[in-house]
Amino acid sequence: MAVTKVQMPKLSEAMESGKIIKWLKKEGDPIQSGDILAEVETDKADVEMEAFGNGILRKILVAAGEKAAVGTLIGVIADANDDIAGVVGQATPAPPPAAAAPAASSEESRRPAAVPPHPRREDHAERSPSPSRGPEAPARPVAPAPMAGRPQPAPAPVVGAGGDGGGRVKASPLARKIAAQSGVDLKLVQGSGPGGRIVRRDVEAVGSAPAATPSAAAPQRAAPQPGVEFEDVALTSMRAAIAKRMPLSKAPVPHFYVTSEIAMDAAWELREQLNGLEGQSKISVNDLVVRACALALLQHPGINASFQGESIRVFHRVHMGIAVALEEGLITPVLRDAHAKSLAQIAGESRDLAERARQRKLRTQELSGATFSISNLGMFDVADFSAIINPPEGAILAVGSVRKVPVVTESGLGVGRRMAVTLSCDHRVMDGAMGARFLQDVKRLLEEPLRLLV
Amino acid sequence: MAVMTYREALNVALREEMTRDPRVFVIGEEVGLYEGAYKVTQGLLKDFGPKRVVDTPIAESGFTGVGIGAAMTGLRPVVEMMTFNFALLALDQIVNSAAKLLYMSGGQFNVPIVIRGPGGPAHQLAAQHSQSMEVYFYHVPGLKVVRPSTPADAKGLLKAAIRDDNPVIFIESETLYNVKGEVPDDADFVIPLGQAIVRREGTDVTVIAYMGMMYRAMEAAEELAKEGISVEIVDPRTLRPMDTDTIIGSVRKTHRAVVVEAGAGFAGMGSEIAAFVTEHAFDDLDAPVERVTGASAPMPYAKNLEKAKTPTKDKIMDAVRRVCYTNGG
Repeated sequence: MAVTKVQMPKLSEAMESGKIIKWLKKEGDPIQSGDILAEVETDKADVEMEAFGNGILRKILVAAGEKAAVGTLIGVIADANDDIAGVVGQATPAPPPAAAAPAASSEESRRPAAVPPHPRREDHAERSPSPSRGPEAPARPVAPAPMAGRPQPAPAPVVGAGGDGGGRVKASPLARKIAAQSGVDLKLVQGSGPGGRIVRRDVEAVGSAPAATPSAAAPQRAAPQPGVEFEDVALTSMRAAIAKRMPLSKAPVPHFYVTSEIAMDAAWELREQLNGLEGQSKISVNDLVVRACALALLQHPGINASFQGESIRVFHRVHMGIAVALEEGLITPVLRDAHAKSLAQIAGESRDLAERARQRKLRTQELSGATFSISNLGMFDVADFSAIINPPEGAILAVGSVRKVPVVTESGLGVGRRMAVTLSCDHRVMDGAMGARFLQDVKRLLEEPLRLLV
Repeated sequence: MAVMTYREALNVALREEMTRDPRVFVIGEEVGLYEGAYKVTQGLLKDFGPKRVVDTPIAESGFTGVGIGAAMTGLRPVVEMMTFNFALLALDQIVNSAAKLLYMSGGQFNVPIVIRGPGGPAHQLAAQHSQSMEVYFYHVPGLKVVRPSTPADAKGLLKAAIRDDNPVIFIESETLYNVKGEVPDDADFVIPLGQAIVRREGTDVTVIAYMGMMYRAMEAAEELAKEGISVEIVDPRTLRPMDTDTIIGSVRKTHRAVVVEAGAGFAGMGSEIAAFVTEHAFDDLDAPVERVTGASAPMPYAKNLEKAKTPTKDKIMDAVRRVCYTNGG
């Protein structure tokens, strides 16, 4: 019987390390291939880790609560009489957890987060650059994330002692070509095709998945103690991912911003009428905005576009990233084919995505592939703000709250509902007038909201 | 342009070529007095006389051999197979004589013959009369093989086949004879052999299909458009020589290919197309080439079983979704 090394799987494209939340099997338990061994916290979601071999869980090398880099040996499955000393002996100490890049506090307000910035006393402390990272995790096939209700062929178990340094990554030829052209390391890409094959959309989505990532607990805030000037709070993996990702957008992507104010009186009334219908699922203002943007993007494909170095990729379908606020950061699930969906569908799917985002039950492929994003801070009574583009997307719309404001009417002064929206645009892809024309159409759709129903 | 049926388009092509070139003549079972089992040769005996419209005994090997001999001596015979399944009886004449004489005579004899008739599955013609016969011929060096899907193609390609100096296998379809379409009136309207055509433009996947399968693929493409999948359809029209450039160009654009063929899949046209697409567009593929083919079984007579054997719109749609990775999320 073979000895099966249990390694920290790569469960999402941005995952560099994972934390064992808990082991569901203990040493000595019999294991069948496909059994759930442990729950792992990644930068995006809590994921169950499957066994890829039969035998007995002979050894647990990384205890619950500890982190390990992708590829690190975390356990050994073997027969009772197999000698596993060699395998265990080779286990290198886990590299230090993926170190967080220094937080870019100045960007705090621009983050497409739906989370109010925390006071950041610790920012005054000099933070040294990340400690040098441990040796790169050995290359190995990208394991598909186990997905509920969808059996996937398990990757071949990693068998026997000795390194498996030259693992083959399964990728379509086109995905390989695009990865080579754009400098993407396929080993870091999560494949969404059959058997975990990396296909074009997976490579293109790299970098588009917003910094996002739940971890088990919100950062602990100790009660202020007299005489203590500051404290350093460890970054959650989500915060670390945001901190790492956002400067990668803001610095190289030349942002510009276009703001517009939209009269929401008619949309508000329409929404109340819709929500008053019996049996009708509730429609939110954000659902109206999603629908309006999706329709407008079809008319303005130049906004639904991505900078590709030598060319601009114009998408024919609208996959809408919708930022969802979590306790400790944000996550941007993707509503696919938003242009082809009715308001009711958008409302239903958005709510489902948001709920599962909060429970950290999103599948990794639901977190990538957006062609445009919306970040809405309306529920925080924010008048207006601007968001950071989520590369490789070309634009993101920041949505403020719907406010009652005095407006000048023909007969004098009245009260109207207004909403400010700000489009952040990648200047390499589009120009101000393009952004303005797009916003004009979004505005028209929302101000004449019956257009959203046809 | 005139609107006419596929059958009429073939008839017009024969008439125009017989008028243009006195060496062209028609030979086969029931082509004269009965005016063709499927009426493709209607009126030709009356207009061109018994020397140019020759009825034969039921003897495919014999009249095909007569045609090959006539071609070797300078005539331009058009041999009709009542159905192409019967060409099996003439296989030795076609494969060993027509296809090879130019080579074996050191270029002294070419064989400008057209062998035409309906082939492929139709409706409840059962095991022996439903075969996609093109597979028996396009393997043979020296033969050209044509499968025209529309009335205009039927006319333009048959005229090209008659004018070609090589043996051409020209397989029509019972199911298409009544299809109507616009056909150019021009007596010199010729579609060169070896040119595929893009029947529908799309961006997500290339579906390669001909004859009835092409029409079925068009229906599938309409449905798939509602799902947001944009299908490009390429009809090869000539299977040999195959217009690989058009197919590869399309695959380079869409990055995915699905081949549909009515016949059984093993070593079929789909295998050949999948092979050259992989050879020439490997780095452009985002998914393996899919084949949608008839089941590997003789065609049953029973209607429900006939349907089960045949590629359907749903099977085509499933294959397209698979290569687009949109099945079940």
